[in-house]
Amino acid sequence: MAKSSEAQHPQKVFGWAAKDTENGDEDVSIKILYCGVCHSDLHSCRNEWGNAHYPLVPGHEIVGTVTKIGSNVKKFKVGDRVGVGVMVGSCKSCEYCKQDLENYCPKHILTYNSIDNDGTRTYGGYADMIVVDQNFVVHFPDGLPSDAGAPLLCAGITVYSPMKYYGMTEPGKHLGIVGLGGLGHVAVRIAKAFGLKVTVISSSPRKESEAINRLGADAFLVSNDAGKMKGAIGTMDFIIDTVSAVHALAPLLSLLKANGKLITLGLPNKPLELPIFPLVLGRKLVGGSDIGGMKETQEMLDFCAKHNITADVEVIRMDEINTAMDRLANLMSSTGL
Amino acid sequence: MVTREKFIVQLMKLGNLPAEPENDVVEWRQGADEARDRGGSIKGITLTHQQKIQALEFVKEKMADKLPEEEHPKVAFGWAARDQSGVLSPFKFSRRATGEKDVSFKVLYCGMCHSDLHMIKNEWGNSTYPLVPGHEIVGVVTEVGSKVEKFKVGHKVGVGCMVGSCYSCDNCTNDLENYCSQMILTYSAKYYDGTITYGGYSDIMVADEHFVVRIPDSLPLDATAPLLCAGITVYSPLKYYGLDKPGFHVGVVGLGGLGHMAVKFAKAMGAKVTVISTSPNKKQEAIKRLSADSFLVSRDQDQIQAATGTMDGIIDTVSASHPLLPLTGLLKSHGKLILVGAPEKPFELPAFPLLMGRKVVGGSCIGGMKETQEMVDFAAKHGITSDIEVIPVEYVNTAMERMLKADVRYRFVIDIGNTIKSSI
Repeated sequence: MAKSSEAQHPQKVFGWAAKDTENGDEDVSIKILYCGVCHSDLHSCRNEWGNAHYPLVPGHEIVGTVTKIGSNVKKFKVGDRVGVGVMVGSCKSCEYCKQDLENYCPKHILTYNSIDNDGTRTYGGYADMIVVDQNFVVHFPDGLPSDAGAPLLCAGITVYSPMKYYGMTEPGKHLGIVGLGGLGHVAVRIAKAFGLKVTVISSSPRKESEAINRLGADAFLVSNDAGKMKGAIGTMDFIIDTVSAVHALAPLLSLLKANGKLITLGLPNKPLELPIFPLVLGRKLVGGSDIGGMKETQEMLDFCAKHNITADVEVIRMDEINTAMDRLANLMSSTGL
Repeated sequence: MVTREKFIVQLMKLGNLPAEPENDVVEWRQGADEARDRGGSIKGITLTHQQKIQALEFVKEKMADKLPEEEHPKVAFGWAARDQSGVLSPFKFSRRATGEKDVSFKVLYCGMCHSDLHMIKNEWGNSTYPLVPGHEIVGVVTEVGSKVEKFKVGHKVGVGCMVGSCYSCDNCTNDLENYCSQMILTYSAKYYDGTITYGGYSDIMVADEHFVVRIPDSLPLDATAPLLCAGITVYSPLKYYGLDKPGFHVGVVGLGGLGHMAVKFAKAMGAKVTVISTSPNKKQEAIKRLSADSFLVSRDQDQIQAATGTMDGIIDTVSASHPLLPLTGLLKSHGKLILVGAPEKPFELPAFPLLMGRKVVGGSCIGGMKETQEMVDFAAKHGITSDIEVIPVEYVNTAMERMLKADVRYRFVIDIGNTIKSSI
């Protein structure tokens, strides 16, 4: 993750000093200390989702300190350590916003590459400062370090929210986590804190040691080991699938017990193949989830602070960002940057 | 017909007098059935008389396998498919004596389910022949075992898709016998005693009381038969996936045996119902006959577009391959697309709609016995029955062809009681 500084103009990422709008009554100005590098930043920069508007300043795992507050801001004061995640606005009036589900508001505004309420583009956290509506800023708990805590603002909430929504918080239940990257490794830690038995499912056998010893997973399955996969058939209550590459769902569905749930969080660029028989014969389901609402994001941070959960990070300088993006693309690193 | 000797000889020709025949009873049985069905004589093999005797003795001693009409003490009669052509014809077989927990009943009607069609043609690769289909079976009790508590002679009863399960796993202890890994299907499955189960296209039925439901007197037997599969198959997911809330908007894809039941149940639960179909000519019946609130032609882009994000849930009854993306688009956020049709090939699952709207694609398969009884009682309370076309058993092959073309409103029901004996 990048320690921000004066922005530069590297090859693919247009670092930019964030627009200096006047602080509105609801706004909080933040000096950015750290910003996590999310795989979504990579997808966006390289226009892999086809919706990039350049210049594009990515970054939605932002930790910083408050430098200025608008006249209506009561929740924060100058000097507070705060976080900004994937959203910076929503309509505030629809049924989703009213239920603290801003992430499902049809008009929610993303932290970067989106259109803000005033018609201008939003620029994200690879920058030295940002101005955000107070409703989209969270307190960063004292117990959480800024650098290792930043990824929680996207990766953390992305796995925490479905664990709660799909009922994965009953101690003793068995959760499989597919993929041991930024999302996966945080998911292991949060799942263990919920008291779940965790099996990591990965295509890389060399990740077993870190899964078990470093992250505390209970077991490790190599997904292309047919024998081991067969032995695990019908053993899991839930699976969280963090893999964004196109991959087969059938073997994962078979790992679920009847009434099991497969929750997919990765965003592949092509549809996946869904075999119907296992769904019907076992009453299984495949669901999705997209980050979490602001209330839940704060709840998640407090939970992680309480359980000492942070991400495993590699801190980089701003000018190392393109190399970092390449490494992320090649998945050479063992966990999130 | 193949004589017993030829039958044994053919068994030996299959080359497999297994070392441990007890363990291979099912393969023996299947091999024996195939051999018997092929009939004819074997070229180039002669057995001495002594060898034939030995083979016969061996078979008598080692195999529990007998010809269908010799397996059990009660004479039974039905219509069976003999091979993958799926053509059904009269078939003599037998049923077990009424055990202490068993309920025996005279079958009066049996619904024809599309699964019967798949199974007679071995489309799922797991059919055993001769195959007597039928898992929407209703009739009147003739005898009950000594430990039976819930049923008496004269009661109207039904049996659906299952006749056994393990009783001890997590699913069974939670009234979810339908998800038990050892669940026994009503036909073409191996029962606890090693014999093959035969379904309801037959004159009598014997089932463990646990797998029998009581049909209230207020329900007409013929139009109730399809509830036992079609009914429970749509009732169960409406409840499990929380789509039974008054005011919810539920879509139903496909207007056949399952679809029309889904419309009726969803309306009774207080939902607003939209039927989604490829056939514009079904609109009239959907609205007027079934009281659906609206109708969407799935190939009409404008109609689909206008309905984007309006449904809390969709019950998809279509088993042919079809795209899921337009259906996920019809769902509101947190909406659920429930598949109950069973296609042969996988579907394409687009991930974006699931994530962006926290939507779910789930499946469901019939229902447990407790829920099946609950569903029948619900149907009685709300006057819900199936729309049917009653046919004599001789018409069954034609009915199968018509079912393949979806030419029925909406379920064929065989009038077993009045037509099966005369077809012997």
